[in-house]
Amino acid sequence: MAREEVYSGSIQRIEVMGTEDDEDFPWIEEDEYRELYRKMMIARKFDEKAFKLQRRGEISTYAPHKGQEACQIGAIFALGEDDWMVPSFRETAAFIQRGAPLEKIFQRWMGDANGQKGLSDLNTLPVAIPVGTQNLHTAGLGMAMEFEEDENAVLGFTGDGSTSQGDFHEALNFSGVYDAHSVFFVQNNKFAISMPIERQTNSQTLAQKALAYGIDGIQVDGNDILAVIKGTQEALEKARNGEPVLIEADTYRLEDHTTSDDSTRYRDEEDVEEWQKHDPLKRFREYLKEHEIWDEELEAFEEEAEEMVNEAANVAMEMDDPEFDELFDFVYKDMPDLLKKEKEELREEVNQ
Amino acid sequence: MGEKMNIIEAVNAALEDEMEADEKVIAYGEDVGEDGGVFRATEGLQEKFGEKRCFSTPLAESGIAGTAIGMSLYGFRPVIEMQFSGFSYLAFYQMKEHASRMRIRSRGDYEVPLTMRAPYGGGISALEHHQESPEAFYSHAQGMHVVIPSTPQDAYSLLRKSIQMDDPVVFLEPKKTYRAFKEEVDRDKEVELEASRVVQEGSDVTMVAWGAMVTVAEDAADEIDADVEIIDPRTIYPMDFETITESVKKTGRAMILHEAPKSGGFGGEISSRIQENAILNMEAPVERVAAPDVPYPLYTLEDFYMPNKKRAVKGLERVLEF
Repeated sequence: MAREEVYSGSIQRIEVMGTEDDEDFPWIEEDEYRELYRKMMIARKFDEKAFKLQRRGEISTYAPHKGQEACQIGAIFALGEDDWMVPSFRETAAFIQRGAPLEKIFQRWMGDANGQKGLSDLNTLPVAIPVGTQNLHTAGLGMAMEFEEDENAVLGFTGDGSTSQGDFHEALNFSGVYDAHSVFFVQNNKFAISMPIERQTNSQTLAQKALAYGIDGIQVDGNDILAVIKGTQEALEKARNGEPVLIEADTYRLEDHTTSDDSTRYRDEEDVEEWQKHDPLKRFREYLKEHEIWDEELEAFEEEAEEMVNEAANVAMEMDDPEFDELFDFVYKDMPDLLKKEKEELREEVNQ
Repeated sequence: MGEKMNIIEAVNAALEDEMEADEKVIAYGEDVGEDGGVFRATEGLQEKFGEKRCFSTPLAESGIAGTAIGMSLYGFRPVIEMQFSGFSYLAFYQMKEHASRMRIRSRGDYEVPLTMRAPYGGGISALEHHQESPEAFYSHAQGMHVVIPSTPQDAYSLLRKSIQMDDPVVFLEPKKTYRAFKEEVDRDKEVELEASRVVQEGSDVTMVAWGAMVTVAEDAADEIDADVEIIDPRTIYPMDFETITESVKKTGRAMILHEAPKSGGFGGEISSRIQENAILNMEAPVERVAAPDVPYPLYTLEDFYMPNKKRAVKGLERVLEF
């Protein structure tokens, strides 16, 4: 009997803040550091505002991203204008960094799909709620880029729970087979509603799942925005050359799954408190102080961000609700006769 | 007039002509590349258009449909093949929740001009799962077109039209009649969706049938001593109920023949529409001849399961003698 090792692989973790990797500081423009902080603060304030609006009945359900700002803003900071973004459902901070207007983001959370109109100008797909299924769109877009011999890439968000879905695995497999220009960005926030990562998978890391499909996997400290940027930049460079990458961002969901959830039923408050210490906003603020970028203007920005968010929320709340006609718009490119008839019948019944 | 073709040859010709006409049209699925598909629908396409426009994929139906959505969003016009419709349920989720919703979700910013082809239906003594008729499932997924041809000409013209549509289309091909008969196919003939075809005119009873059941309907009409009007809706959803209703107003009697199980089958919807719109002209309740509410059996039992000429004739007799 003979045995030999036919495969072995390893996963590397990227951290930047407070490590040797940061020796070449500054590796982005000073203004960019400041802008990143501002965006993180806006995203944080958006989250807080949306929560309040939900409690007041202005929003039906909201999925908070608190604690994941570094993941989303860092990843999208690395993404170019010609690249594409595929969101899952908790990517409000990513939409903000991508340039979606705050009032439009509120508009969608307030139940009006028109909030998603205009995303095509940003090469960004609308929110995909069914967990993990959007990964195949990330794969398909990346395949299309390879087929067209374009030099751009697509970054698709997904979460730890989604790595159990078949579509996630099919997406990695297709990407590997067709040299897709795809980066799969998994925010491992440790919980899929109530299911902890330890029971979601027996894999030691999520990044290692890439190796089974012959593509690269890396892990980044997801609460270190600079690690996220470094890891994503490296991944995108590979993807643009037809080498897809799976990034696992190690982070934590500081809030409930959604406003309909009560996470005290399934996790210890102490764990949450422990992760609060690693709050990405707090860490980045400390970092900016250490590197003497921090100043009064940034100190005062929290209030400014709050005003921006309040103003956007007010604009969204003052928007007219969509008209009756819009119920039937965009189901098909040209409305079938069947729907035209149904529409007129319903119009009569609802007196519109 | 054009050359004589059977249905599978017409499908192949439609793919070839559409790929020729539009370089964004690509065809992919399991074994569709070098092998030309298990039924040879994509025969010769890889050779002619290259591996980037016609290729075989890993064995994953959801992966095929989901990546085709991504390809569509980037400007391609994919025609994907599900090897058998009984395996297409793995792609159902992508088709229903994403392909058919992308336009409305983005308020018209994005569209998914994707055609999903699948051989469907029974009567060929195949293995389990290889003989399903899932048209009703797909017809309840708003935002898609569900198309079923019954002749080589319709297979050609409807497939070309389906590929040209900017909405997702589920194109179900009656595999029992893939090679059953040939007819001359006019490659210039255009056909609209949501438009029924009157197969034959008649004044005593209206019989609605699609796919491989159209041939059964014709045979039954030949056998019975009555003047039968046969209508093939061709687009199952959104269906042209108008033509059917007008026919029933004329004949006063209607029978629907389909090979999917009766409960929840699309015949129920047609029956309701007829009664909503033509009740005052009707001489008899709408008759439905369909498969029983059991799973498609292994093939030693399929002759009991599949509606055939004998059952169609009996159905016609019931509705005529009421």
